[in-house]
Amino acid sequence: MYLSEETREKIKALRDKYPTKKAALLPTLHLVFDECGYLGTDQLDEAADVLGISRLEINEAASFYTLFPKHKVGKYLLQVCDNISCSLRGADNLVGYIKEKLGIEVGDTTPDGLFTLWTVECLGSCGTGPVMQVGDRYYEKLTREKVDKLLDKWKNGGEDGSSKEPKQSDR
Amino acid sequence: MSEKILFKYIDYPDQDRIETYIKNGGYTALRKVLKEYQPEEVVDIVKASWLRGRGGAGFPTGVKWSFLPKDGNKPIYLIVNGDESEPGTFKDRQLMEYDPHQLIEGAIISAYAIRCHTAFIYIRGEFVRPAEQVGKALQEAKDKGFLGKDILGSGYDLDIHIVRGGGAYICGEETSLMESIEGKRPLSRQKPPFPAIEGLWGCPTIINNVETLSNIPHILNNGAEWYKSFGTEKSPGTKIFCLSGHINRPGNYELPMGVNLKELIYEYGGGIIDDRPLKAVIPGGSSTPILRADEIDVNMDFESLAAAGTMLGSAGVIVMHDGTCMVSALQKLTKFYEHESCGKCSPCREGTNWMNKILKRMLKGEGRPEDVDLLYDIAKNILGRTVCPLGDAAAMPVIGFLDKFRDEFENICNGGKPKGTIHFPFN
Repeated sequence: MYLSEETREKIKALRDKYPTKKAALLPTLHLVFDECGYLGTDQLDEAADVLGISRLEINEAASFYTLFPKHKVGKYLLQVCDNISCSLRGADNLVGYIKEKLGIEVGDTTPDGLFTLWTVECLGSCGTGPVMQVGDRYYEKLTREKVDKLLDKWKNGGEDGSSKEPKQSDR
Repeated sequence: MSEKILFKYIDYPDQDRIETYIKNGGYTALRKVLKEYQPEEVVDIVKASWLRGRGGAGFPTGVKWSFLPKDGNKPIYLIVNGDESEPGTFKDRQLMEYDPHQLIEGAIISAYAIRCHTAFIYIRGEFVRPAEQVGKALQEAKDKGFLGKDILGSGYDLDIHIVRGGGAYICGEETSLMESIEGKRPLSRQKPPFPAIEGLWGCPTIINNVETLSNIPHILNNGAEWYKSFGTEKSPGTKIFCLSGHINRPGNYELPMGVNLKELIYEYGGGIIDDRPLKAVIPGGSSTPILRADEIDVNMDFESLAAAGTMLGSAGVIVMHDGTCMVSALQKLTKFYEHESCGKCSPCREGTNWMNKILKRMLKGEGRPEDVDLLYDIAKNILGRTVCPLGDAAAMPVIGFLDKFRDEFENICNGGKPKGTIHFPFN
């Protein structure tokens, strides 16, 4: 079993919420992701069985959505936007800086399993770019100094990437 | 500062809490509607206000609603489109995060108007906080009797569910959005049938943008004529303009439709960073054709921008100063559309990939003299040849950049050095 009893129960509870069982697919992907941190074929197959849809259906849909890693990633998945508005504000320099700091390429994970670096498409935070998403949070108006502080904090076992602060937008 | 409608209380402390929202006049429109109006009357008022869709297409909302079949026995669905993903656009996020009840009240009134009893708010997966805020607000509304069974004793029932996306721009396109809610791989559907006739699970469905529906309570409170006193005759109301890029004060600005772009950039946005000369502006999100610096004396409404050969789109204004390499900027946009193409239609799936390949070749200094025409040809062949508008969205910026900055592309293809100082790495 790849999924906890709790997640399995949550998936079961979704089965009758919508007109079709299949409509619970996307919410199920979120549940699996929340528990496992990625969507592997094994986890997806099991979720499909619990939901009562075919394994093909869940893999077909899940493979489309880039929000969910399909393989295990580092504890902190750094998703840096490198679309136009953030790039105009220096996002690419920032990606280069993070690469250098962590000694990894985009797409890779540090050997200690702490950080994975991704570049992602527009996060809808163009007015406060450059921006990166780590866990549930956006980190906005990024500078090298801010990145230094964040990486240090995370390296020292600080605040979890998924922790939430009440007002995340820096307007 | 001109009068605000949607952002009036956006900075008000605790506006996201129902008590504060009510104290600031919230849910009065819903009470009024349920007490005084038949659903058709609400449709008529919205139609009369000439509120136009804020997701990009600008279709009149009331007219869209009136396409629903009058005598069907299938359930009718309302979907609120909060899948905001067009590069340069970040208004719906703020509306959902800081004034979620405004959206919910608008959604309830709209659902009542179209006789819908189950609605969905589709929020892009990355927007964790906005989804939490909307979720919390839905619960508060339910606790107060604004949602659920027999709303405010009117006999009207409505449930609203949140669906969180999975990180796919295409899901902002209404037919892909419905496929996504249905749990399918979200490839866009051929139209017709249009969603109003055959949408979610084959039932009549209306899809409206977050900003569009946030206007509804105000229109019902103050009337269509009041709403039309803002903006222009054909594009009434206010609009949230998202300023980003090389601008001193990036952010969201709610202003009347038809505000001058130059004024928007220099007065509201504080001008260009480091006082540099302006080079180009994308006026309505990444898919809209670019304007040169000498073309920005234009009004920001649907008609004026169409006359200028571009579009209001989602009003994501992306500003670039003189140091920006246009080949590099276009490659950023094209890479995005290549990544987000759902793959259903060959012209879009292959074309976006080819265009990105050519642009990367140019940036590497390996461009061929015929590449500029080739790029143009590919874009022209995508345009109008795909099931959904993503193909057009990918082609339009390419055509726009080549029309306005052709010399830069030719220069780079003939062995010249890229213009400007800002060149983005690419992979």
